[in-house]
Amino acid sequence: MKPVADVVDALWEAALLGDEYRATDVVLDAADERGHETVLLDVVGAVQKRVGQEWAANRISVAQEHAITAINDRAVTALSITRPRREPEHGRVTVACVDGEWHALPARLLAEVLALRGFAVDYLGAQVPTPHLITYLHRTGPDVVALSSSIATRLPVAHSTMTACQATGVPVMVGGAAFGQDGVYARRFGANAWAADARSAADMLLSQTLPAPSPPHQPVDDLPHLADQEYTLVTRTARDLVRSVYRGLEDRVPAMASYTDEQRHHTAEDLAHIVDHLATALYVDDDSLFVDFLSWTGAVLNARGVPAQVLDPALELLSDQLRDFPRAQRMLAQTRLGVQTMN
Amino acid sequence: MVTVSSWLRSPCPALVVDAVGAVHGMNDAARTLFPEQVLPPDLRHGESVHVADRSYAAHRVDNEDGSVTWWLLDETDLLLERDRAALLARMSSELMTSLNPERCMNVVAELAAEHLADEAVVIAPPSGNGHPVTRCLRGGTPTYELQRVDVEEVVGLSEALRGFPPVPSRWIDPAAAPGWLAQDVVSIVVTPLPGHGVPAGALILIRRDKQFTEAEEAFARLFASRAGVAISAASLFTQQASITERLTRDLLPPVLHRYEHVELAGRYRASGDTERVGGDFYDVHELPDDQLFVLFGDVCGKGLDAAVQTGRVRTAVHALLQVVTDHDQVLHALNQALLTTDESRFITTVVGTISPEAGGLRVRLTSGGHLPPLVVRTNGEVEAARNKGTLVGILPKILTETDEVVLAPGDSLLLYTDGITEAHGGPLGDEEFGEDRLHRALTACGGMPAEALVEHVHMLASQWVGGGEHDDMAVVAITAPRRRPS
Repeated sequence: MKPVADVVDALWEAALLGDEYRATDVVLDAADERGHETVLLDVVGAVQKRVGQEWAANRISVAQEHAITAINDRAVTALSITRPRREPEHGRVTVACVDGEWHALPARLLAEVLALRGFAVDYLGAQVPTPHLITYLHRTGPDVVALSSSIATRLPVAHSTMTACQATGVPVMVGGAAFGQDGVYARRFGANAWAADARSAADMLLSQTLPAPSPPHQPVDDLPHLADQEYTLVTRTARDLVRSVYRGLEDRVPAMASYTDEQRHHTAEDLAHIVDHLATALYVDDDSLFVDFLSWTGAVLNARGVPAQVLDPALELLSDQLRDFPRAQRMLAQTRLGVQTMN
Repeated sequence: MVTVSSWLRSPCPALVVDAVGAVHGMNDAARTLFPEQVLPPDLRHGESVHVADRSYAAHRVDNEDGSVTWWLLDETDLLLERDRAALLARMSSELMTSLNPERCMNVVAELAAEHLADEAVVIAPPSGNGHPVTRCLRGGTPTYELQRVDVEEVVGLSEALRGFPPVPSRWIDPAAAPGWLAQDVVSIVVTPLPGHGVPAGALILIRRDKQFTEAEEAFARLFASRAGVAISAASLFTQQASITERLTRDLLPPVLHRYEHVELAGRYRASGDTERVGGDFYDVHELPDDQLFVLFGDVCGKGLDAAVQTGRVRTAVHALLQVVTDHDQVLHALNQALLTTDESRFITTVVGTISPEAGGLRVRLTSGGHLPPLVVRTNGEVEAARNKGTLVGILPKILTETDEVVLAPGDSLLLYTDGITEAHGGPLGDEEFGEDRLHRALTACGGMPAEALVEHVHMLASQWVGGGEHDDMAVVAITAPRRRPS
């Protein structure tokens, strides 16, 4: 048997070349030897993890990321078609992504693994507006909803989606990178369960019945700090903030006058991401979410040959705009310290 | 001023105790309560004491001579009502959560078994091959199944299930109860679940050891009326949702798949989050000789009315294709059809015929006023098809223009609606996504599989909009598959 790492490399190369035939052959051969679950999680899952790392290191573009994911997705389809059929003997699980989430593959892998383990699975995928999801739950009455989210800025939506699902009486399990290393935000939001990966999610659902959700409540009941309205005000004025920081930067950084349209757009986009992450950090009240995002952004900029210190004037301008917001001030001050010392 | 005699005749039990705890006197009410003159061991001010199945709040009044008068205020009914109110509030909130009839029945049976009886059975009106029945034993998990039971065997049950005429709760002779309902029990009561227009079923409460009291039965009726409302709301919702589903099924764009010579992928998102259907549409039909006919377009306006029109257009084109596949003739006939239909809206559309050719594809495209499709070459070159043409469904005569595009393996043709290019937002919140930006983005998409291409374009436009409002969006990619290396 080939070592798993070699199979991962083989699938990675096939996906990078856009060669779905080879990708399909690789996973089907591996599935014969090691079984479907191992290939789904330790091969396809591993390749998908590498996609994220390669993108962050500026070795592939977002478009390439999509192309590779599409090949990976077809490999999953091939595995799905050849999956050993079994009658569902456990509960019914609805698997969906939080609306606005574009990374559907982790949820799809979970759906496949749960089906392999004998659950009845309804996979709704990404881009499901929450009202549709709720209607679906009422219509089908599953035992559990599994929600996936990988982008931190979707956390507020993830929270309201969770609360809405729980209000229908269905327990919610969540997973994905957005919920933090050890699922800290899942707990903060009152999820009925959190799983680090698809395998532990399946194990957990097999070994225990999730508790029924508590009576319907308001999302703000889970997060009393939202009473200071910092999140609300920052989100409401997010685009204005980006515009005024952008203008401030034009005054302060003379080089911007000679920027191409593309460079201007990237700058504005980076600012928008910073404001979105600040808002999310205010929502969950976790300074480290914002600090970590900025150090990650700094690393990405470094990888693209831009010194991380360019972020500092933007953070200072943002801080000037948000004078009356103590929590935002605290987060921005910490982040500026980090950025100034980055190399 | 309280006189000695009024103290003695007070309806509220009172007794006087001296410093060492000996009883000095009792009023009439206290004498009735403690005929043996034996007091509860320690009375504490403000706390409850239980005597002969009733509950009293003890109130201490210190007298000048060092003795203490204890007044015992009967709070039995108060506590009972408080418990009931709390229970009803909890039950209501649990009952309200779900609009799924099965889950609702399970919740009702579980609550009833926990608080009202040793066993509870909820029977719904017949559906399909039997009656949905949920049973729950006290402390157990409810079980739901479709059962073929003869409800006529239980007196009053069929009336309760019909919901008309209104019937009161009924006691059933346990000995006469059919085996499927209960065996070896002491008491059975059948309570209709009033459905307010939609019969919700019946609740059957079963006790193994004792009869129900009148108060318990009254409370059960109160519970049943709430449970009935919850179950009938769930049934109504289910009915409406399934009607909507059936009516909109044909309005949803089809799921595109790959054919032997062609990869097709489509993405669709209606403008409103609560709507599934909108004014953008696409469809694919198989023609002879491995050819495919693609219909793509946008009805003026959005929402349900526009969606209904997309259904008409798609049906009309499908019917036309049975007799004619020439683009001009199809579009002219469609124009006539729309002009002669009341309350119809005009559309922009592009139709295409895809034929396999020398490993790649040849696509004939004809536009009725739609945005020109874009060709994305494997090497990242992007070019627009030369298509103009006029809107369809507004003027008696239309002009169309046909172009031919040849796709080599790995090349794609992208069809999109203005929901993509007119997406408003961007990082600064004040720009349109625009055709130029779409062109630029596509230069990075050479050689992408069809699904990845449509997902990428849809994502760019959605992220451009951010949390703002957007129009209906539709994207279709027609891709010539790469050859399988031999």
